[in-house]
Amino acid sequence: MFRGQRFYTFARYAVVVVFSALLAFPFYWMLITTFKQTSDLYNLAGNPFLFNQKPTLANLHLLFFETDYLRWMGNTALVGAIVVAITLLLALPAAYALARLTGRWGQQLGIGIFLTYLVPPTLLFIPLSRVVSILGLQDTIWSLVVVYPSFTVPFSTWLLMGFFKSIPRELEDAAMVDGLTRFAAFVKLVIPISISGILTVVIFTFSLVTQEFVYALTFISPDTNQMLQVGVPTFLVRGDVYFWGSLMAGCLIASIPIAILYNLFLDRFIAGFTVGAVK
Amino acid sequence: MAVNPVDPAGVLRPSPAGMGGGTPPPGRRGFSQYFLTPSARATWLGLGMFGPALLYIAAIVGVPFVLAFLYAFSDVRVGSAGFHFVGLANFRSILESPSFRQALQNSIVFTVVSNVLVLIGSTILALALKEKFRGRGFVRFLMLLPWVAPISLGAIGWKWMLDSLYSVINWVLVALHFFPPYDAPMWLGEPHLAMASVILVQTWRLLPFSTVILLAGLTAIPKDIPEAAAVDGAGFWRAMFQITIPMILPIVNVAVLFGIIFTFTDMTVVYILTAGGPYDSTQVLPSLAFFTGIQGGDLAQGAAISLFLVPILVAVAYLMLRMAHRAEVV
Repeated sequence: MFRGQRFYTFARYAVVVVFSALLAFPFYWMLITTFKQTSDLYNLAGNPFLFNQKPTLANLHLLFFETDYLRWMGNTALVGAIVVAITLLLALPAAYALARLTGRWGQQLGIGIFLTYLVPPTLLFIPLSRVVSILGLQDTIWSLVVVYPSFTVPFSTWLLMGFFKSIPRELEDAAMVDGLTRFAAFVKLVIPISISGILTVVIFTFSLVTQEFVYALTFISPDTNQMLQVGVPTFLVRGDVYFWGSLMAGCLIASIPIAILYNLFLDRFIAGFTVGAVK
Repeated sequence: MAVNPVDPAGVLRPSPAGMGGGTPPPGRRGFSQYFLTPSARATWLGLGMFGPALLYIAAIVGVPFVLAFLYAFSDVRVGSAGFHFVGLANFRSILESPSFRQALQNSIVFTVVSNVLVLIGSTILALALKEKFRGRGFVRFLMLLPWVAPISLGAIGWKWMLDSLYSVINWVLVALHFFPPYDAPMWLGEPHLAMASVILVQTWRLLPFSTVILLAGLTAIPKDIPEAAAVDGAGFWRAMFQITIPMILPIVNVAVLFGIIFTFTDMTVVYILTAGGPYDSTQVLPSLAFFTGIQGGDLAQGAAISLFLVPILVAVAYLMLRMAHRAEVV
């Protein structure tokens, strides 16, 4: 029995080490590549895990000063911020209505709006590309600002609905007895105590905006107006020449901050994804 | 997952003395409060608060959804204003096209194989991560990276690792004498290897998501159930197959359904790694719709191709609805 126990402990650690090495390896490889000289990257004789020549900052220099990387970063941040604002403006009241005001229809409507999250960009991008050009938004980041709430609002409404349901009703009831209207109670009481739920939605929305690929690729063609996630893989490649050092630096720098933030709120995202199958 | 978002210290519980104290200022009562019953007021307010989100979603998801169907039966092209119904002509021509048949078949293989791999891998990993240990937080961060980082960037990382000449994977394989130097596999250049590569990268990307969902299911199992089973003499494997796996089955369903949607409807990995090549051997429905509809300018045929995603969506939506209703009843 004791030996069996030890075996399972060992097996568990082995699984954890092997899987995390496999999953994280590409990011480690981005890190190494970022600081290697180009001739070192293309040196077939040397061990690629080591620096065969002196580490260099040239790749980072190229990325930041000779490409539109900083601009793409700015575009992504701007689109992210505006989409977060639109999402909160739409999803907060909608989620509250579903949680408190719509009675037995609330749950049905909530599931309905959650299901629209499943409708993928690859089904809508063709008609939307025409809508975007009719609106005169093509090749600008405003096309994305208009379209991205289509997937951020449904999931955020769903997350916030669950959140509001866990707030005791008596909170608003007492305030309404004291003369506040229901809406005022929502604005002055419910929103302030829901800060952690709102932060969850902010991070989740932002991460969805940085991950979206199809719409950004379809609606925007000039390189200066591009988002990070499309600009790096499409415009850092010139002809058939890959600047691997700068490419990997661009990938790594864009990935890490959002990953750290996402981790902080992971449990809540999962509670949203599990559709109530886990309580 | 017992998440209690409301201030756990209870500081925010309404005090019996009332919020804000004092009597309500009568002048602030609105018109509606005098003329509508409380429940009618709540209904109108509910509509007013839910309405904007509903309208936005209807405009930006509902309208293009309907348009996708209209386009598929028309002759819309980029740059021409004309719109004529052409019946089933688009479907007839795509069904005759070898590229489409290849893409449909690839989509199914891509989705089924990567999701089976994800299911097996994430079950093993979730079981290993269930107990707390030192450094679990850091491990969680590392293993989540593929899911959280923008997938187009992760895929570029793989493109470098699978490079035809400077692939680190090939360097290792050569160093271990699996292949002679300069004769290592061309991962993205040969049809079967290219398919294997895109499946591998999709598996890599989905594994963390599925793992954390299964982990949520595992930690929700009450501790006394496996303990009671152990007392009754159930071994590891018996407890696994007769208790743990049946208990997390609902949540496994959730992970698999999302995994299917995220794979069947996505083109990012394929677009970045192979752009559907070589010779359409990794072309999937969404990427074919993109190349036909957007790059080729044939919006009508592109829309018709992407409509083939709908049956899977409907099936998944139906299963999710059933699950949500069951969760509500329990």
